[in-house]
Amino acid sequence: MNNTEKEPLFSAKNRNVLLSPLGSNNPITIQILGICSALAVTAKLKPALVMALSVIVVTAMANLIISLLRNTIPARIRIIVQLVVVSGLVILVDQVLKAFVYDVSKQLSVYVGLIITNCIIMGRLEAFALASKPWPALLDGIGNGLGYGLILVILGFFRELLGAGSIFGYPIIPDSWYISNGGFYSNNGLMLLPPMALIGVGIIIWITNSRKKKA
Amino acid sequence: MENILSIFVRSIFVDNMVFAFFFGMCSYIAVSKTVKTAMGLGIAVIFVMLITVPVNYLLLKYVLAPGALTWISPDFATVDLDFLRFIVFIAVIASITQLVEMIVERFAPALYNQLGIFLPLIAVNCAIMGASLFLPEREYANVGQAVTFALGSGIGWWLAIIMMAAIREKITYSNVPLPLKGVGITFIITGLMGIAFMSFLGIQI
Repeated sequence: MNNTEKEPLFSAKNRNVLLSPLGSNNPITIQILGICSALAVTAKLKPALVMALSVIVVTAMANLIISLLRNTIPARIRIIVQLVVVSGLVILVDQVLKAFVYDVSKQLSVYVGLIITNCIIMGRLEAFALASKPWPALLDGIGNGLGYGLILVILGFFRELLGAGSIFGYPIIPDSWYISNGGFYSNNGLMLLPPMALIGVGIIIWITNSRKKKA
Repeated sequence: MENILSIFVRSIFVDNMVFAFFFGMCSYIAVSKTVKTAMGLGIAVIFVMLITVPVNYLLLKYVLAPGALTWISPDFATVDLDFLRFIVFIAVIASITQLVEMIVERFAPALYNQLGIFLPLIAVNCAIMGASLFLPEREYANVGQAVTFALGSGIGWWLAIIMMAAIREKITYSNVPLPLKGVGITFIITGLMGIAFMSFLGIQI
């Protein structure tokens, strides 16, 4: 493995590790991992963004730590070791969120804790970090966190725009458009309810798959 | 008595794990291809949930909550171990899952072969962790209510995955647009089922 050490930090392979989860190997639409928490927090853009950032931090750090420990962890108890590392990180993230953005942390409620059981993290640890050097593992963690965050932000954007007519809580649709003010427009409250998140992901998967066919 | 029934019905239909909270989606999508495997995983989830949630409830009440250690000595009234909640819950869940895996391997090898990789993955099934994490918010008064909640949530998850598997068995013969085939259509069906389940909202018993 000597030749990999001479590799530049952002060689083509490492760039691919970082960027492929954003599109062609997206954790949500292609690998179908981490749906659990992806959907519930996307009714508004702000919690979706905070959740995405938290997941990026946790995947990156967990990948890095497990990759550093990969030669010392006995294979039989690796799941427990991974869970301990991940839950330690999630506790840190949870405490930070509670300290600095308390209102968002209240909105995310149990879903911060559910980052522990987010399949993306365990999946990447098992599939990548246990067999890679720390630097590519860190990039892989960041990449997958970003890919996950991307879908979260897209979903959050459309659900908040169509469901509440606002972005980050700022109204986008002009007041005069609303039916109550003599206009023609009305927010689609269904977008804010859980089932529309599922249908939204279904549509995103549909779009990515049809684009892949053409390419 | 009425209260327990209400918790039970609520956790199956109104607060359904899959349709209202998206818990356990990963295994829900991956294992719902045939009714038989879905049944196996569903029952495993009910079983693990029934054990872990009451255990976590007791831990929360007598060890983790602020001032919970006063039953040892009044000096501990200011001790707050709540920040350890995540790590304790996941440790309980992981060890009990290991136990269930060994039991299933010993007594039902056929089921063990079918469930394959997903049995260890129950440990990271969000449904179980999620149910435990809801405990401090729901403030159940005693173990009986916590058990009822666990049973209801487990049955709700089982119901969802069984229904999904039955629909997917039929839909393999349907003419679904090619890019939507497989996972895409599964999500959309789940969304439609979720809308149907929303009609249970506001049920009072």
